[in-house]
Amino acid sequence: MLEKVLIANRGEIALRIQRACHELGIKTVAVHSTADATLKHVLMAEETVCIGPGPSADSYLNMPAIIAAAEVTDAVAIHPGYGFLSENADFAERVTSSGYTFIGPSAELIRTMGDKISAIHAMKAAGVPCVPGSDGPLPDDPDECLQIGREVGYPVIIKAAAGGGGRGMRVVHNEASLVNSINLTRSEAGSIFGNDTVYMEKFLVRPRHIEFQVIADTHGNAVHLFERDCSMQRRHQKVIEEAPAPGISEEQRMHMGERCAQACRDLGYVNAGTFEFLFEDGEFYFIEMNTRLQVEHPVTEMITGIDIVKEQLRIAAGEPLSFKQEDITLRGHAIECRINAEHPKTFMPSPGRVNTWHPAGGPGVRVDSHLYSGYTVPPYYDSMIGKLIVWGENRDAAIARMTNALNEMVVDGIETNILLHREILQHAAFKAGGTNIHYLEKRLGL
Amino acid sequence: MDIRKVKKLIELLEESGIAEIEIKEGEEAVRISRYPNHIPAAPVQMAAAPSPAAVTAETPEATAPSGHKVLSPMVGTFYRSPSPEAEPFVKVGDKINVGDTLCIIEAMKMMNQIEAEVSGTLLSVESESGEPVEFGQMLFVIG
Repeated sequence: MLEKVLIANRGEIALRIQRACHELGIKTVAVHSTADATLKHVLMAEETVCIGPGPSADSYLNMPAIIAAAEVTDAVAIHPGYGFLSENADFAERVTSSGYTFIGPSAELIRTMGDKISAIHAMKAAGVPCVPGSDGPLPDDPDECLQIGREVGYPVIIKAAAGGGGRGMRVVHNEASLVNSINLTRSEAGSIFGNDTVYMEKFLVRPRHIEFQVIADTHGNAVHLFERDCSMQRRHQKVIEEAPAPGISEEQRMHMGERCAQACRDLGYVNAGTFEFLFEDGEFYFIEMNTRLQVEHPVTEMITGIDIVKEQLRIAAGEPLSFKQEDITLRGHAIECRINAEHPKTFMPSPGRVNTWHPAGGPGVRVDSHLYSGYTVPPYYDSMIGKLIVWGENRDAAIARMTNALNEMVVDGIETNILLHREILQHAAFKAGGTNIHYLEKRLGL
Repeated sequence: MDIRKVKKLIELLEESGIAEIEIKEGEEAVRISRYPNHIPAAPVQMAAAPSPAAVTAETPEATAPSGHKVLSPMVGTFYRSPSPEAEPFVKVGDKINVGDTLCIIEAMKMMNQIEAEVSGTLLSVESESGEPVEFGQMLFVIG
């Protein structure tokens, strides 16, 4: 087992990784910015290294600082968490060439999946269904693009190859605006990602976002851990996630899950990953793969009983998966609400001192948060301050449990979106299940 | 306070049955405790990290002379001389000009020269040569 892991992240996920490390007897090194010296996991770590000032570019995105920290502490492996450098192939490469284990897949695979066009090609080769589209980069010639648009059929969406996670995309409803939209998306992509390659996909009008969790070891074993429904979104950011996805049949689940697991074997994928799909009219369409641990991994842990982060550490240590596909059973239903430090109606960020943090509790209630009474939320990072997760024997029981848990939570001193969650849990459409990715914005009138 | 002394004290604590050691050396003091304080309150008493053999040391700020604090701009290993046998770049009492090399911080096999941003006299050396330093750690005071 790894002796010492450097946690290259912050907030709730750094604490999550630390917990898994400590449970396995692994020492942790907490790297942090000057603004994060009071993070809970920093206070709990065996060793800490301040790597830079508040702004992420100089700290959590500062590759030399992080690797230097591994050097001075003799860490053996680096867990990148999610966001920040977790899907940065260069970072993975530098970590490995500096002699440390990167807890995740190879730099090459990160690179392949990071380029959305090559990811789609890889998936097609593995027999995973994809959204109909240009099947490659859009050419420079506008007439060729217009032709592709006619073949795909409007509405279409133009996406940056180097984008992902909702960034660098534009919907086009008719031919008249196609060329303009392509040019705009190209120039945005060029300036944000440094790569102006774009591609086209059919724009699905009312899809659900359903993703499959996979995990693979260095011995050729790959297992899927069923799916999650993450359709409740605002501006491409997930607000509520659940597992399993309502209305998916056992047959569909096992069929798609196995396709994803097989794709992992074909690619030589190692460690945790998620295949994201749009689901419409009973069909799954691959959109992208996330080559890292996801924010919403707890709902999968609750319905399978698997500790995904501990498994990640075991895989990085070279051990085989501690289970086979036939050992995994789906039990009950789990829901996660992302708690953000923001105004529930205006969504304005709300950093500041949390005077009272009183989390919910009781059977089937899990709170993944780094907060404590007296903690000050810094302004430099994203606003998520915790995740409230519940498990119930079925979806209705989970909804009842989440409703009650939201009522128990007290966060005094900053604004949070708890009120928004309480409202969504009351929506008839949410209770019925199966809302699509446009539902929340439409309902909120955004 | 010499970090090697602190490490030795931690070893002593771990090997013996002692629960807590406090050592004072002039103006510097170190308390090493085997058992953490109640964890939720610990963040409020910031100095006590809730792990076995937590170290609470007098902050260098409290003991450093007043003047311009030279803080480490990076993570790495701090060296006062260009090579093990050579003289340190600067000694206490030396006149410092803007741009003078004060020390080297080594990271990822690269030696980074840290230069003075102010001129004056070197009043103190606040980090130990050969020891790791983090971003923002005090290296020198120039007055």
